Amino acid sequence: MTDLTALEYTAEHEWLDIDGDTATIGITDYAADKLGDVVFVELPAVGTEITAGSVVGEIESTKSVGELYAPLAGTVIEVNDAVVDDPSLVNAEPFDGGWLIKVTIIGGAPADMLDRDAYVALTEG
Amino acid sequence: MTEARYTPLRERHESLGASFTDFGGWQMPVRYTSDLAEHHAVRQAAGLFDISHMAEFTIDGTDAAGYLDYALAGRLSTMAVGKAKYSLLLAEDGGIIDDVIVYRLAHDSFLIISNAGNRDAVAEALSARVPAFMNVLVTDEADASRRSVTVDDASDAYALIAVQGPASEEIVSTIEGITEVGTPWSEQKYYAWADAFFQGHPLLIARTGYTGEDGFELLVPAEAAAALWDAALAAGAPHGLVPAGLAARDTLRLEAGMPLYGHELSRDTKPAQAGLGRVVASDKEAFVGKSALAADGDRVLVGLTAEGRRAGRAGYAVVSEDGAVLGEITSGALSPTLGHPIAMAFIDPVFADEGTTVHLDVRGTKIPATVTALPFYRRKK
Repeated sequence: MTDLTALEYTAEHEWLDIDGDTATIGITDYAADKLGDVVFVELPAVGTEITAGSVVGEIESTKSVGELYAPLAGTVIEVNDAVVDDPSLVNAEPFDGGWLIKVTIIGGAPADMLDRDAYVALTEG
Repeated sequence: MTEARYTPLRERHESLGASFTDFGGWQMPVRYTSDLAEHHAVRQAAGLFDISHMAEFTIDGTDAAGYLDYALAGRLSTMAVGKAKYSLLLAEDGGIIDDVIVYRLAHDSFLIISNAGNRDAVAEALSARVPAFMNVLVTDEADASRRSVTVDDASDAYALIAVQGPASEEIVSTIEGITEVGTPWSEQKYYAWADAFFQGHPLLIARTGYTGEDGFELLVPAEAAAALWDAALAAGAPHGLVPAGLAARDTLRLEAGMPLYGHELSRDTKPAQAGLGRVVASDKEAFVGKSALAADGDRVLVGLTAEGRRAGRAGYAVVSEDGAVLGEITSGALSPTLGHPIAMAFIDPVFADEGTTVHLDVRGTKIPATVTALPFYRRKK
């Protein structure tokens, strides 16, 4: 089980696990719950350069479509093929098996990340 | 912004962990755990739905049947007591104010169940059509003055609970507290109703639904709703019944090709466009909306299927291969039962023949789709 307090969060309900210059990115349990059962995930190709704030993927549930925003600039080095094959992992294990992409960070992480307490406060607000 | 309304079952939904969503001004359970699991439960076993947000009207009087023939699109006067019938409330211009189910309770008494979001519009139209009816096809003044019909909005007094799925009959027939069932369960026909009691409260049991499965809709006084919900859950647990929310209800009705007001039906849609021409008894002498027939060239409702997993959604354009707009999707989802995307859309009739290939504009990507007969899913008898 991932230590949720060790993750960084964004106001777009994504989480980042930053290890050196690598960030693993997924959506939060709150976002997964709001979407409902995820049935389709589209992720960028490995090697894609992403810029902070751009839409780099889509997460579709039976009811709606969510966009995956790049929380920072970088290069996609790995995508989670397991979640493409079985999108329900986003609901079942949003912080573990439901991770979406790994990115080599370019130019550092943005300063406006939220810690766990601030993120929980945001979702309860 | 008016305050959100809750049904009498709010506490039950909260204790079951439901997520709520706004629907027609009501806060309704959208899912309890997983909308896919709830969907599959209804197809394979049964689901329990709170649909108490829906509106109920009673129509009484010696001329109730004649009034409904005038006020609604169908012919209700020839319906037998004990039966139910799908009908439409049309505007003068033929646009659809609401789709409803009409139950004949007695020779001179009917129940209409309408959509929650249209309650006010239905109430207004039904009321306004009472004085209008008094002067329709009158033979003489004495005839007009003798006519008797009253319309009452009984929505707040009732709760409506649906048990839907192949195990429904086994479940409802074992709900504790239901007594004096007017028709033996196994003899209750689809689109018919039976009377009964639940813990001393009058209970109307209708074999109707909005999922494409066998099922029952149970109308009880609001104060008995929670006890009936609990009793239905208890009776259903051994059969795999789960509480199911509006998300599952929407994908179930879409697979069954059933229209949803605000999507496939609207004030700007005429019955024939929506494939509901059969609901209109156009040979009736006089009824509201008779003057209007769909014009040639109007867009028509079709079913669309696609491959892959990317669904077209309500509001997305249906386009030709070169990008010309042919129409618009009204409902769409990845079908949980069929495993591929399905949609309903209004499109140019030139492209509406079964088997025609069109394209869905899914956020800039053109996805091929095939015009398909509705429904997408039909239960095995």
